[in-house]
Amino acid sequence: MSQVRKGLWRSALAAAAVAGFVTSAAAQMELKIMAPAAPGGGWDQTARSMQQALTQSGIAKSVQVTNVPGAGGSIGIAQLVNNSKGDGNQLMVMGYVMVGALLTNKSPVTLDQTTPIARLTTEYEAIVVPANSPIKNAKDLAAAIKADPAKVTWAGGSAGGVDHIAAALFAKAAGADPTKINYIPFSGGGEALAAILGGKVTAGISGYGEFESQVKAGKLRLIGLTSAAKTANVDVPSIKEQGIDLEIANWRAVVAPPGISADQKKALTDAMDKLAQSKEWQEILKAKGWENAYVSGDAFAKILANEQALTKEVLTAVGLVKS
Amino acid sequence: MEAFASLADGLAVAIQPMNMLFALIGVLLGTAVGVLPGIGPALTVALLLPITFKLDPGGSIIMFAGIYYGGMYGGSTTAILINTPGESASMATALEGNRMAKAGRGGPALATAAIGSFVAGTIATLGLTFLAPYLVDIAVSFGPEDYFALMCVAFVTVSATFGDSPVRGLTSLFIGLLLGLVGIDILSGQSRLSFGIPELYDNIEVTTLAVGLFAVGEALYVASRRHVHEEKLEAVRGSLWMTKEDWKRSWKPWLRGTAFGFPIGALPAGGAEIPTFLSYSTEKRLTKHPEEFGHGAIEGVAGPEAANNAAAAGTLVPLLTLGLPTSATAAMMLAGFQQYGLNPGPLLFADQPKLVWGLIASLFIANAMLLVLNLPLVGLWVRLLKIPQPWLYAGILVFATMGTIAANPSPVELVMLTVFGVLGFLMRRFDFPIAPVVVGLILGPIAESQLRRALSISLGDPMVLLQSPISATLLGIAVIALVLPFFLKGLGRFKAVED
Repeated sequence: MSQVRKGLWRSALAAAAVAGFVTSAAAQMELKIMAPAAPGGGWDQTARSMQQALTQSGIAKSVQVTNVPGAGGSIGIAQLVNNSKGDGNQLMVMGYVMVGALLTNKSPVTLDQTTPIARLTTEYEAIVVPANSPIKNAKDLAAAIKADPAKVTWAGGSAGGVDHIAAALFAKAAGADPTKINYIPFSGGGEALAAILGGKVTAGISGYGEFESQVKAGKLRLIGLTSAAKTANVDVPSIKEQGIDLEIANWRAVVAPPGISADQKKALTDAMDKLAQSKEWQEILKAKGWENAYVSGDAFAKILANEQALTKEVLTAVGLVKS
Repeated sequence: MEAFASLADGLAVAIQPMNMLFALIGVLLGTAVGVLPGIGPALTVALLLPITFKLDPGGSIIMFAGIYYGGMYGGSTTAILINTPGESASMATALEGNRMAKAGRGGPALATAAIGSFVAGTIATLGLTFLAPYLVDIAVSFGPEDYFALMCVAFVTVSATFGDSPVRGLTSLFIGLLLGLVGIDILSGQSRLSFGIPELYDNIEVTTLAVGLFAVGEALYVASRRHVHEEKLEAVRGSLWMTKEDWKRSWKPWLRGTAFGFPIGALPAGGAEIPTFLSYSTEKRLTKHPEEFGHGAIEGVAGPEAANNAAAAGTLVPLLTLGLPTSATAAMMLAGFQQYGLNPGPLLFADQPKLVWGLIASLFIANAMLLVLNLPLVGLWVRLLKIPQPWLYAGILVFATMGTIAANPSPVELVMLTVFGVLGFLMRRFDFPIAPVVVGLILGPIAESQLRRALSISLGDPMVLLQSPISATLLGIAVIALVLPFFLKGLGRFKAVED
């Protein structure tokens, strides 16, 4: 028995030693990255991938990832703004979903209080239908939605998230009333995918990565991506190319706490610039199927402000946010 | 028979010494984190992902699977010994398991849990091997209305079996349902009963409630009774191992638990909790020793533990065949697959047969390793119960608090733990069953959101609940389960009169 126990300790020590070895590459910065979500989700994966690339390429001496789950990031951002003020080594991963979540949750803390650093990746939304659906392309879907928006059921992620916003924008672009759409939110982890595969709903909407293997296996039909033009990884023209004026992307970015100095901001931005160019990061992007969408500094701050205004408008239109 | 040949190939991969070592590390880590509440298998896999990046994909995925199975084993140990379920799926195990431990039968309880987990894990892994492609079609055809009907079955069977008084059982259930309303409503995105506290937006954490009610409540209750009479705990009474009688009473619950766990675990929104409750209430109904339920009936440990592990194997069905992660740990494993550029889904079996079958084969090996590891530990674990009561309960309080803080580092969570602890104490003091509260918290929100989804899809037509054959059948079962006991009671009275 005691041997078993010793073995347990030994393996724990070994794991700790491996962990120590990986993070001990010599460099200057000691970063802390907060993923405002539970382990396993997109933000957590982004944070951990950053940790991997930053330490392996030697851009940072050590990177500590913490998870602060809750309410679409509302709890994480509150902690960043209230507890990390002026901390030049702290970053928080965030994305488009947080913009909407902060509005629907009526969060007292807003993104305007953070210091925008850089946008890292983007993923286009994909609209799919079951393989046996009579709907063949974006025009068919638009016609169905125009005829009766309530009869077209959409399966996607959480209410007020990017999937919901994209569905509302599609209806608007198709000439239907976006407040009438029948959008059915599913909790993450593929429940929505099961409903689409089972033919319970008319269409599904989510990041293309969620559907890719099903589309390739012929179980789902891809109607199109929400990119401006057809991307290399799919055979179908983008929804915009099919004549429906819809363009939206789910991006992920990093922000820093409020009250950091100009030097600290520059150091963080430089580190992200180096990260974006590193071979390690490029490999991760490729492996995860994330599109590089690197924009830093004031350009990113401007994008962030635009997205906030647009999201507020859409969410008010679908009735999730009372103006 | 193709599956056999593939499985043999898989075994050849899995018994390579390096892969065996990975499986061993996995089950050891998994057991360790399963014992600690708060640090679940999901977080462990998350922490290991960057480290394993450089390793061979086969080995690290095998290790993750070992962690997953190990976590399921570990969670039951604390549930039985100190009434602190490491995760919500071990809650049903705590009900009878802890009573057994207090009656000096901790040894057999741990043994039946370990062997039951092994049996269930092995059968369910066989199911994964041979049935996955068929099962997945059924799983996908399960629509929101069918889930709602399944929840109805669970509500009826579960609420009827907890506690001696239906009124008290229902009161507890409704407290749970009320707590289940707290947080952001998934369908409308609006928050309910959260009073502007951001921590409440994400619903009440099941483990916080379970640990508060079970462990903290128990500690307070024991402390309050100490001046009246000191409960003498005997660590071992009778045999440390399972007697012949124990075996006889365990094997059927193991099989029935597996039959609940595997198919429900394979459903994309099934989860591991529902089969454990269903198994518990089935065993309670079928047992030849109904008087022992509530005082440590071995069936009540054997069944839910088997169901819990079978469900763990079940969740791998949608993960491997569809790329659908249906639990947090499965989501992390999916991330693990993607890290190597592998996309689980319909093509994975065709594209990467060596890897998939190696993984399935190593699940068998991990299961056997866990049994070998856990049985000798039984003797060590029950010694925990020899610790003097004040120390033991102080330790439980520290353990419960640390686990909660580790899972959710926030003062609000601690306040909730304390409030639930006091609630658990009061419920014990006034003789209300506590398990239905947790059942309500878990099942209530699922039932609500699935019903509303079903009605949204049908444009508000309630007939959808009867038009789906699965849903109609399940609702029929629920009605029978609701009416049958009254009918039988009436029949019994009739017979009594006749005599």
